[in-house]
Amino acid sequence: MTRENKPTNEPVMEVRNITKEFPGVKALDDVSVKFYPGEVHAVVGENGAGKSTLMKVMAGAYIADEGDVLLQGEKVQFPHPQVAQEQGVSIIYQELNLLPERTVAQNIFLGREPSRFGLVDSRALNEATLDVLERLDSEDTISPSAMLNTLSVAEQQIVEIAKAISFDSKVLIMDEPTAALSSNEVDILVRLVERLKARGIALIFISHRLKEVFDLADKITVLKDGQLVDTVNPKDVNTGDVIHMMVGRELNQFFPPLAEPGDIGDTVLSISDGANDFLKNINLELRAGEIVGVSGLQGSGRTELAEALFGAEPFKQGTLEINGLNTPVRSPAQAIKLNMGFVTEDRKSQGIFPNQSLRDNMLVTVRALQRLLAQVKRDGVRKNPDLVPTLGEQVDVRASGYDQEVQYLSGGNQQKVVLAKWLAPDTEVLIFDEPTRGIDVEAKASIHEMIRDLAKQGAAIMMVSSELPEIVGMSDRIIVMWDGTITGELPAKSSEAEIMVLATGYENGDKKDAELVMESKS
Amino acid sequence: MANVTVQSEKEVSWLRQAWARIRKIHPVFPVFLIVFLAVGYLNPKFIEPNGILIFLRRAAPLGILAVGQLFVLAAGGFDLSVGSQVTFVVIGGALLINNDPEKLTYTLLVLYGIGILVGLINGLVVTFMKVPSFIATLGMLLALKGAGLYWTGGAPRGYLTDNFRQFGRGFLEPVPVVERFPIAVVVLIVVVAIAAYIFHFTIFGRQILAVGDNPVAAKLSGINVRRVRILTFIVSALCAITAGILEGGFGGVNIIAGDGLELQAISAAVLGGAVLLGGRGAVLAAAAGALTLEALFNFLNLIGQPEGVRDVVQGLIIIGAVAYAAINARRR
Repeated sequence: MTRENKPTNEPVMEVRNITKEFPGVKALDDVSVKFYPGEVHAVVGENGAGKSTLMKVMAGAYIADEGDVLLQGEKVQFPHPQVAQEQGVSIIYQELNLLPERTVAQNIFLGREPSRFGLVDSRALNEATLDVLERLDSEDTISPSAMLNTLSVAEQQIVEIAKAISFDSKVLIMDEPTAALSSNEVDILVRLVERLKARGIALIFISHRLKEVFDLADKITVLKDGQLVDTVNPKDVNTGDVIHMMVGRELNQFFPPLAEPGDIGDTVLSISDGANDFLKNINLELRAGEIVGVSGLQGSGRTELAEALFGAEPFKQGTLEINGLNTPVRSPAQAIKLNMGFVTEDRKSQGIFPNQSLRDNMLVTVRALQRLLAQVKRDGVRKNPDLVPTLGEQVDVRASGYDQEVQYLSGGNQQKVVLAKWLAPDTEVLIFDEPTRGIDVEAKASIHEMIRDLAKQGAAIMMVSSELPEIVGMSDRIIVMWDGTITGELPAKSSEAEIMVLATGYENGDKKDAELVMESKS
Repeated sequence: MANVTVQSEKEVSWLRQAWARIRKIHPVFPVFLIVFLAVGYLNPKFIEPNGILIFLRRAAPLGILAVGQLFVLAAGGFDLSVGSQVTFVVIGGALLINNDPEKLTYTLLVLYGIGILVGLINGLVVTFMKVPSFIATLGMLLALKGAGLYWTGGAPRGYLTDNFRQFGRGFLEPVPVVERFPIAVVVLIVVVAIAAYIFHFTIFGRQILAVGDNPVAAKLSGINVRRVRILTFIVSALCAITAGILEGGFGGVNIIAGDGLELQAISAAVLGGAVLLGGRGAVLAAAAGALTLEALFNFLNLIGQPEGVRDVVQGLIIIGAVAYAAINARRR
């Protein structure tokens, strides 16, 4: 059965004027895209551009607030992903949705196993599975009776695709299908995509790797801040054009002035050839008085870098020097002793103690340095008994009193309490991971100013952020990460586009693409 | 509105301050008073000085267990092994002392040594092997009970000497006002005082609450989370041994001496406001929770309710407390 479906002029699926709001953010704003059979359609955009939300609306995981989803010209509304799947729209998430302790066949036909006399008919099950795998030309590499956890990630992905195919999918959506794959495995996936394309399936995939997008896609849709920028044909544009469509917005935020050359002092911390399970080849210096911005897309290793420096997920290789002395940091406790601080990304799960008072939250780090049976001082430590009011004023926290439990504060004030916690010891190196995520504009500005003030007072600061304007506005030097390593370093006031080039996997050596970007910039 | 910074406490009017103080009183204290007076109403002897002391003596082991349990609960754990530890003390103590009053010190030292070991094992299993504390200590409950039985050869043997039993049943006399004062109540007061100091006034106490409230944040704030959790199990075990020594003075040497005490201790601590899953609790309130529970049992007895009702009440308290903690956790 070699049914060739040439791309036709009728879209198999279409979204029209889709709007989806979440509390406080418009994730999608009037987005319309058409998807054609036998076409590979890439969806790209920065973090938070709305890519995943759009995919989830199409696959029935979210219901749009406004607008229509059309399948083969007819309006549809999927109350549940399962309904979408039964009607031929399947989605494969980055985190695979398979049962590791079951066989390939059991996974593919989970919940709809062929039965005989009320029992699972294993032979029919395996035959049906073999049939599906044949359609993917994978029957030789994957056995229906293999346990899923014995397969490689790429093979598991094929099983996910086989599962989707077994529903007779017309539309197959993949969220970053290549993120977890090695380049070898990517090739396998690419061949698979070609085969599915030939079968007339509309393939939609999200990717951060622009190179792949250009290699694979027949159409590219660019989203920015929840809005559709454009849908383009990759033959008509180059990488630089796409990057410029992804970024480039008016700087409407105020940032404190950058450091003057004279403000920047000696190297406080340096790591050479640092590596662990998530990171490789890390070379980085932090200097007193300087803010180093760390940019990179999701999964690039930016948070892992912060955690490695702070000893939460320590480096396993490499030389870490603090103030010129070789000092491996193996735990957060040790990092604190070495005057390091780490304002974590997720305030709720990693930062605050919600049931404890402002006082106890602010003092937890200095108290961690004391003996276990030492008596607590209400507002500080023996050397500095009025620490709490001092810190409270410094970070300008708004609360009914220092006895108030932190859970009752607003997000911005909670973040200030977390900040105070790290200012309590005499911190020399401060690492911020997404310091202003999810807080209001006013609190954002005051946190930005506080960070700059700390640098002015001589702290060495590393600021991880997924928000490009924040990186550009705050950094005296910019580090860009991709795939667990640092792909480049940029000076202050570099453009968002320059950062994006490095963040999408064009390493420094890849001059041609970088030049393309620079050309189209003017 | 946006410009209200942290108010200094002096600015708050004295009326609001007084109200804040009243609101801070834990509900377990008035609840205890009500139950206690209800029992006194039914049995006037109960609220005479001697009646009160006898009541406190009877409640002392549970009070001590509740305090120990509080340490574990506040750090986000459970210790279900304390009942078995009490039993172990009673039957093990009888074997160790072997009818020789001279061996009292030796017996106590060995018992406390075993307690520390049990707490340490509980703590290590929970922190390093990452077994949920509920399961780990449930296993310890069984293992310890079995070990005790094995040690005695299947049935309890020997007696506890009078000087051993003195801790639980004895009195200090002469004492002004009440003439004689139960030693068990002295032990209870000392344990509560030491525990309250450690829990509310030391770094360790603050770290217990921090670990129970948010273990990830605690680790990232430099707290040695494992050490804190292991120590809470050791504190709980030390309390259990102490409670067992008192319990030995009340009844005979039998293998059910401590049965059900672990659940009573948890009920008592949560009555006293300890939040299951951690992060909240107070020593005095936990002890008051134990007294409330004991008074409640008395009350049920007096109005002629069978023992089954006791268990139903306890079960409801625990389910209610877990539900409350779960609802709270979801709201965050």
